[in-house]
Amino acid sequence: MTPAAALVELRDIEKSFEKNRVLRGVSLALTKGTILSVMGGSGTGKTVLLRIAAGLHRPDAGEVYLFGTRTDRMREEAMLPLRRRTGFVFQGAALFDSLSVFENVAYPLREHARMSLGQITERVHQFLSLVGLPDTDDLLPAELSGGMRKRVGIARALVMEPEVVFFDEPTAGLDPTNARLVAQLIAQLRTGVCDTAIVVTHDVEFAELVADQMAILVGGQFADVGTPAEIHRSANPDVRRFLAGELREI
Amino acid sequence: MMVARDLRGHLWEATVWYGGLGLLAVRVARNLSLPPSYLWIVAREIDTIGVRSLTVALTAALFTGMVLALQSAVNMARFGAENYVGPVVALSILRELGPVLTAILVGGKVASGITAELGSMKVTEQIDALRALGVNYIKKLVVPRLMAALLVFPLVTILADGMGLLGGMLIAVFDRNVDPYLYWNTIAYWVVLKDFLTGIGKSVVFGALVTLIGCYNGLATEGGTEGLGRSTTATVVQVAMGVIISDFFITRLFLFMFW
Repeated sequence: MTPAAALVELRDIEKSFEKNRVLRGVSLALTKGTILSVMGGSGTGKTVLLRIAAGLHRPDAGEVYLFGTRTDRMREEAMLPLRRRTGFVFQGAALFDSLSVFENVAYPLREHARMSLGQITERVHQFLSLVGLPDTDDLLPAELSGGMRKRVGIARALVMEPEVVFFDEPTAGLDPTNARLVAQLIAQLRTGVCDTAIVVTHDVEFAELVADQMAILVGGQFADVGTPAEIHRSANPDVRRFLAGELREI
Repeated sequence: MMVARDLRGHLWEATVWYGGLGLLAVRVARNLSLPPSYLWIVAREIDTIGVRSLTVALTAALFTGMVLALQSAVNMARFGAENYVGPVVALSILRELGPVLTAILVGGKVASGITAELGSMKVTEQIDALRALGVNYIKKLVVPRLMAALLVFPLVTILADGMGLLGGMLIAVFDRNVDPYLYWNTIAYWVVLKDFLTGIGKSVVFGALVTLIGCYNGLATEGGTEGLGRSTTATVVQVAMGVIISDFFITRLFLFMFW
């Protein structure tokens, strides 16, 4: 596949932190309309991979393409227009703690969109309703539960209607009800707001619900990539151990 | 062996720190002319850095002027030169103590505040959130603070200079019975514009240095709240040391250029 055909493409990505080689030649290509779930145990480099794909980390070696443009050697300033076409949902939500829920979601619109206050208000309320948080405009992040924070983070990532969304452990630390809500929300996205995403998770059930491609990261490389059904039929012993909950990495 | 390894470690840390500070300065310079201007943030920072630091700067300057006048007058009286306490106070304040004390006091307060704020944003991934939203965080978080500091530090220094001279006069006149007209006339005779301007020139450099140290330490914070505490403490020390050490080199430069 050529870089231009994929919205996100990674080629032979390597990344180390001091002596710890986290990624050892990982490649992937994400085409439009695909939700890819990257899975693996704790400390396998899933988040690092996601950040490299989004341009938030630089790889030590390999090539990163976003919308057909090579980004791994780009200056931060040059990468900004590409990042505006993507959304990123952080594991801890990363809400701006001095801003209200409304201002958090309105932030990208105020920065990048030429919209009137009325249009911004309408768009923010539309996305807060989408994530099931109407009437929370004036609350501060500190006044929200973990699940609510995560949903505000999702609304903020989606409000610019990005072409690709990166989700970092969207259900981690949530109770089953909130985890299900978030899963349903991500599954709903492809019917309207954004149909292309990379979802990093260690939750197999959640991944099966939202993803049409799954990739299992073991030892800094993909052990297997395929549809959920193909992954379940995988003969790779590491994949089988991961699905059985027996594979643990630090 | 251990000493050599420790020394190598410290040397490496210092190299990384100075290199990082230099790279930040380059990035700030590169971003200065890029849109948007974020003038409203510059205005807010002028209030934070300048207006809210006035009490500290002016109180310190008043008492510095008073102490300087007291020490000078008592010792100069031994040579019968008590009437010249005005120029001694003025030259010390305008050329050195005004800009240096203002930079250390206001700079320490401002830079540690900047480090705490940016460091907290860094450890809670808010800086990464800005980057992910396509916001130029250098332009939004560093450039406005630097622009405000470049404007505010000279202004606060001018006010501190005035307050220091006033403090000197209070002691000269009320404690040492020096005629107030003589105090100001001797200052006007012996102190030239160059003395005042070199001090203001220093304050501009100190303003930039202090802000860059605060911003760099904030953006380089790692290790959660413990790391944030370390960064903030380091900022206070590095600002004081940076101002004192750079003061020597700027003084040498100004003497070379203008004397």
